[in-house]
Amino acid sequence: MFSRILTIAGQEIRIGIRNRWILLATMILAVFSLALALLGSAPAGTLGVDRLTITVASLASLSVYLVPLIALLLAFDAICGEVERGTLLMTFSCPISRPEFLVGKALGHTLVLSFALVIGYGLTAGLLIAMGAGSLTGLVDFARLIATSILLGVCFLAIGYVLSALTRQSGTAAAAAIAAWLVLVVLYDLALLGALVANPSGVFASSVFPYAVLLNPADAFRLFNLAALGASELVGGMAGVSETLPFDPRFALLSLIAFVAAALTASAMLIRRITP
Amino acid sequence: MTGSSLSVRKISKHFASFKAVDQVSFDLQPGERVALLGHNGAGKTTLFKMVLGFLNRDGGEISVLNAAPGSNEARQGTSYLPESVAFPGALTGKEVLKFYARLKGQKPADALPLLERVGLADAAGRRVSTYSKGMRQRLGLAQALIGRPKLVLLDEPTTGLDPISRQNVYELIGEIAEQGATVLLSSHALTELEARTDRILIMSKGKLVADDQLNQLREQAGLPIRMKIWTRPDAVEQVADQLGTTRMNGRSVELDCTIDDKIRALSAISALGNLVEDVDVHAPSLDDVYRHFSNTAQREA
Repeated sequence: MFSRILTIAGQEIRIGIRNRWILLATMILAVFSLALALLGSAPAGTLGVDRLTITVASLASLSVYLVPLIALLLAFDAICGEVERGTLLMTFSCPISRPEFLVGKALGHTLVLSFALVIGYGLTAGLLIAMGAGSLTGLVDFARLIATSILLGVCFLAIGYVLSALTRQSGTAAAAAIAAWLVLVVLYDLALLGALVANPSGVFASSVFPYAVLLNPADAFRLFNLAALGASELVGGMAGVSETLPFDPRFALLSLIAFVAAALTASAMLIRRITP
Repeated sequence: MTGSSLSVRKISKHFASFKAVDQVSFDLQPGERVALLGHNGAGKTTLFKMVLGFLNRDGGEISVLNAAPGSNEARQGTSYLPESVAFPGALTGKEVLKFYARLKGQKPADALPLLERVGLADAAGRRVSTYSKGMRQRLGLAQALIGRPKLVLLDEPTTGLDPISRQNVYELIGEIAEQGATVLLSSHALTELEARTDRILIMSKGKLVADDQLNQLREQAGLPIRMKIWTRPDAVEQVADQLGTTRMNGRSVELDCTIDDKIRALSAISALGNLVEDVDVHAPSLDDVYRHFSNTAQREA
């Protein structure tokens, strides 16, 4: 069983290296995080807070946009693309179970994503430390950011598999993936903010809004990271929310894990129904 | 059950609007090379997918190597080459083959000689995206031979291949069958199947309309031998009259006869002496036999 899962995962990683996907994702993350770290350093000097920590706060907001996008682009083609190319017929005529196939894909894509995040963000952390701007707490913050970014990525990989199993053509799956990104990452936040602004002290703000944040993996990720930084006074916005929450921000982490489990289970059930 | 590699009993499958496969039954024995013929949409691929366990059947029984279709036992002994496959272009031929060897639980190194066997040894280290259509098809065939399968299903394995590659494919199929495997292949290219298969199944509109050896099918079809007699320009009508046919055409006369009558007809023609300039004799080809069974079935439907 493990050898078959590793075979599928290995193939994904090899393809990621060959078509330069890994390189591209790593470069995007490195370039954006370096830009944020270096350009964003001007105001930080006066605050007397660890520059690594400040950078982590801005990178958390960057991750919310970039990581889901990269994960969806990796995953949308995973099932319907193979149906279209006919390779799934051949793969499924081999003695491999469909959940094994899916877990192999997820493992391969997670490793690709992890590599890009560790190297891309790691470069930035390394540079800041080399400039003498880092401390041990800052490094821990950085490690937490990378780990939770990977978890956020897996959430969106699983969403990508669900969409890929529901559509018959990779073009449709790509459109669905972009729509999912737009809704979960951009529109969801806008809608919540709009509702908050319309009625800042109503029932919505006190008892619906916090849970609505938990339900969306992108918001849960941001909430957890900013709360864990204790940096609300630095970055404002969403982070200020964490002090008025009716629950421990660590629930946000649990919510991410629960989301991964649910979405992967859903895609495993959907892939059983597929006729390759 | 029996010792047959693949046993299909009265299986049916209909999609929303039509019957793709209708009450099809046959048994394939180890070592047999069987060709499955049929027009586009005759139900060949649907049949393959049911045998592989990808599609559920509406009725009937299938036994693949004495196991249920799609079960692990069945999949371990079966290999399949789909009609059109696009391997990941970024990988090399060698990497693709190793990938499928691992999935089939075989040692990747043991599968590599297959690349040489299908004539891809020189291209093994090149990306699949640089391969020609024929090379991709041969890579697919190499994939289907990994681990000495007992049942090999090939969906149009020679489509897009040049004549020499086709020859190579049939040689390979012969070798696999000699090692005791059953080969079931579907094809459009009828004439090339002559003398290269032990048995022919013909499907038409989801029904199995013929199942026998080629010469038996020829006999069953009872198709006439067609002769074309070229005459001297002024003797067309005279020759037609003497041979008892009315079909003439400028400088030639056409005559149909059965296999038993062939020699008698030829001696009648030679008795005409210098009125005749040349004779063409057309035995019914596999194309004619196929058309006969396919048309008969459609007329009945």
